[in-house]
Amino acid sequence: MQLTVNGTSHDITVEEDMPLLWVLRDVLGITGPKYGCGIARCGACTVHVGGQAVRSCQLAVGDVVGEITTIEDVGAGVLHPVQAAWITHQVAQCGYCQSGQIMQAVDLLQRNAEPTDDDIDAAMSGNLCRCGTYPRIRAAIKSAATAMRSA
Amino acid sequence: MGRIKTIARRSFLIGSAAILGGVAFGAYAVARELPNPLLKGLGPDEAALTPFVKITAEGITLIVPRADSGQGIASLQAYLIAEEMDVDPHTATLDPGQPDAVYHNGTVASDGLPFPLYDQSGVANAARATVQGLAKVMGLQITGGSSSTTDLHEKLRQAGASARETLKGAAALRSGISRAEMSTADGAVVLPDGTRIPYTDLAAEAAALDPIQDVPLRSPDQWRLLGKPMTRTDMVAKCTGAQVYGVDIRLPGMVFATVRRNPGIGGPVLGYDDTVAKGLPGVRTILAVKGGVAVIADNTWRAFQASDAIQIDWGVPDYPATSAEMWAMVEANHMEENRNSRLRNDGDVTEALGENAPITAEYRTPFLAHAGLEPVSATVIYTPERLDIWTATQVPQALRDKAAELSGVAPENVVLHVLHAGGSFGRRLDLDYVLPAIECAMALPDTPVQMTLSREEDMTHDFPRPIQMARCRGLVREGRIEALDLDTIGPSVTESWFGRLMSVPPGPDTLLVAGAYDQPYAIPHYRVSGYKTPLMVPVGSWRSPGSCSNAFFHDTFVDELIHAAGADPLAERLRLIDHEDSRRVITAVAEMCNWAGPAVGPGRGRGIAYVYAHGVPVAAVVEVATSDRGIRIEKVWVAADCGTVYDPVNAEAQLTGSMIFGLAHAMNCELTYADHAPIQTNFHSYEGMRMYQSPQIETRLLGQAAQVRGLGEPATAVAAPALGNAIFAATGQRLREMPFSNTVAFA
Repeated sequence: MQLTVNGTSHDITVEEDMPLLWVLRDVLGITGPKYGCGIARCGACTVHVGGQAVRSCQLAVGDVVGEITTIEDVGAGVLHPVQAAWITHQVAQCGYCQSGQIMQAVDLLQRNAEPTDDDIDAAMSGNLCRCGTYPRIRAAIKSAATAMRSA
Repeated sequence: MGRIKTIARRSFLIGSAAILGGVAFGAYAVARELPNPLLKGLGPDEAALTPFVKITAEGITLIVPRADSGQGIASLQAYLIAEEMDVDPHTATLDPGQPDAVYHNGTVASDGLPFPLYDQSGVANAARATVQGLAKVMGLQITGGSSSTTDLHEKLRQAGASARETLKGAAALRSGISRAEMSTADGAVVLPDGTRIPYTDLAAEAAALDPIQDVPLRSPDQWRLLGKPMTRTDMVAKCTGAQVYGVDIRLPGMVFATVRRNPGIGGPVLGYDDTVAKGLPGVRTILAVKGGVAVIADNTWRAFQASDAIQIDWGVPDYPATSAEMWAMVEANHMEENRNSRLRNDGDVTEALGENAPITAEYRTPFLAHAGLEPVSATVIYTPERLDIWTATQVPQALRDKAAELSGVAPENVVLHVLHAGGSFGRRLDLDYVLPAIECAMALPDTPVQMTLSREEDMTHDFPRPIQMARCRGLVREGRIEALDLDTIGPSVTESWFGRLMSVPPGPDTLLVAGAYDQPYAIPHYRVSGYKTPLMVPVGSWRSPGSCSNAFFHDTFVDELIHAAGADPLAERLRLIDHEDSRRVITAVAEMCNWAGPAVGPGRGRGIAYVYAHGVPVAAVVEVATSDRGIRIEKVWVAADCGTVYDPVNAEAQLTGSMIFGLAHAMNCELTYADHAPIQTNFHSYEGMRMYQSPQIETRLLGQAAQVRGLGEPATAVAAPALGNAIFAATGQRLREMPFSNTVAFA
């Protein structure tokens, strides 16, 4: 089976129903996407497939169509403006959910350059943060949106 | 009479603590300087100037022994050293070090004494000093109780200052210029002519010197880093996927494991059938471990699949099967013979309230899982001579000792690699997730084994916050609270946790009553009693332990009494509180929200709550609005005073995050039991708060309190009563049981 992750092609041999998350983490050693719940209720495993945010814990690797991007390469070698905003706002506490939060926020801003609070609520409510960083996530998304519009 | 009894009990306790600390170990053991563990195994050109600073030709390592579970303490420890040492905390290597007595936590031990932390009397402080000495002798190394900053802030600044002056001393010897003429900047000693000698160049010479100690600390007006907004040292890694958590360790030849243990905690394995599981792809070994069965495979998912395929016959544990039976046990054990403490007993409650108090209320809080987002894990390499463990833990000393005991490897050959935790909230005060990984590694010597618990296994085998109830009686007269009597009843975290890890300390169980007995109210007739029930499910410390239940009981009942008295909830609290720092936070929160009473228009309400927890007075006002979809938490104001604020950015994050944590669980989280096991084992039934529910939060830190205290927990304790009081103001419905979602809907 061929998988393209962060621009690199990999040839892997695993059962087709293995979730993409575990292929990334335990077969390819790409550990930015996290295991939090295994049932698509926390969003820590969020990656982009074909440019769209998906929960990799619920996507069988055999069903992957398109290139995969993870937190490690979302900025294509430099900091993505969303990551830069996260750092400016000092968003992370334990940080375990933040790979998923950032991948979800990048997806939101690709579709919606100027999200309202309601848009942010709708896009981000599937990403659980147990530390309670939501107010800073909201602020960072707005900062990133401004930065990306003026870029 | 009550007061005399209280004092007598305290004197007895101090007596016992003094015996333990002073006589058994000797005054010398308490007073002596502990050896520097970094001196062992130093290379020829390496210097360990203090137990917190190591310098080699390659770079500077700062030892940051308190565990980071997201609260930012790794970074803050580095900044505290860096301020005095004139190094960049971002270019230094941060290392949690190996467990050692020199990294003991005296504060977490002395905070457990039966004195509210605002009691700074000579008696209280003498007892604290004794217990801190005991913690030093025992080498008690724990991260918890919001104690890290309090315990270490001066020690770390002193370590930085000592390292700096010693390095200047080395430069003085080399150059022949006196130390007084040297300065330091950016990791280098600067000579009067501007020549810079990097610290790394001075390692070998500094190592030969006796460290210069008792260096006066810089005053706050000289600080370059402290007291100003910081960039956390872990922030970039956490925003780029580069942070390595326990589950992210990847070692050559590593295998992946998981374990299933009896969902009835402590119950036996009667037998199991692994015929199907053994034949699944990637499965390497299936083995019995203590209390369960482990699978070792070539990746975590395959281990999970195989683990699910094992048929296991579980035996029954020794506690009731259902929540209903457990609550019945709590109710039945509210009896005089189970009274563990009466640490508050002012006036004469018996006389004031009589047999039939005019106002009574009963409150309940549920079992709660910690549920950090990273399921717990450990990676272990075992050889008969040496044991390496990669994990996140708040109790490295206990881990080393238990690991040595289990593996037969000498404690000094147990090497811990302590990692940042993806959340803890008290979960990583236990070792249950490390020990089975060691058992697996012992079955495959020389092979790295990473054991990850599934989310379901993590929550099933959590040591939850216990159920607790309070029975309260009160009296109001002429618009004022006249009497308040609170009995709090539940299983003891102290007994359960200490019983698992060490031995149960003597004296009253202060955790059982924390958040109720230690509130600085001057109510004329005022009594708080703690009743210990049998243990049932093993339980643990959960963010703001004790206070997370008791503050809800105490503050909500205060609110009920004030309502009955017809007084303003904010003004009456202010009138009754006899503690200046506390009065200031209440005044501050009133100003922040323009308090004009709990009513703020139709379908809306405001609740105020106040608690003194972990040495921090914190007041919050929550504003809720009702809608046809349910109650919405719209706005929160919170004021607290933790003394000096070293990092205003992270302090705000802790206050906000711990408030959200408290609101989340008050809204909709509980563990309920059937067949001895929790029904809620993943986030579909243990929701917490989501982005769409997250309110606007304004915070203020007053920075006026004399003691420097930690901020990871106090706002969690104040959240639930503030929310409940707000819902009462908006709807007239008084919520006496958490989670509130069992009674009202949330939008």
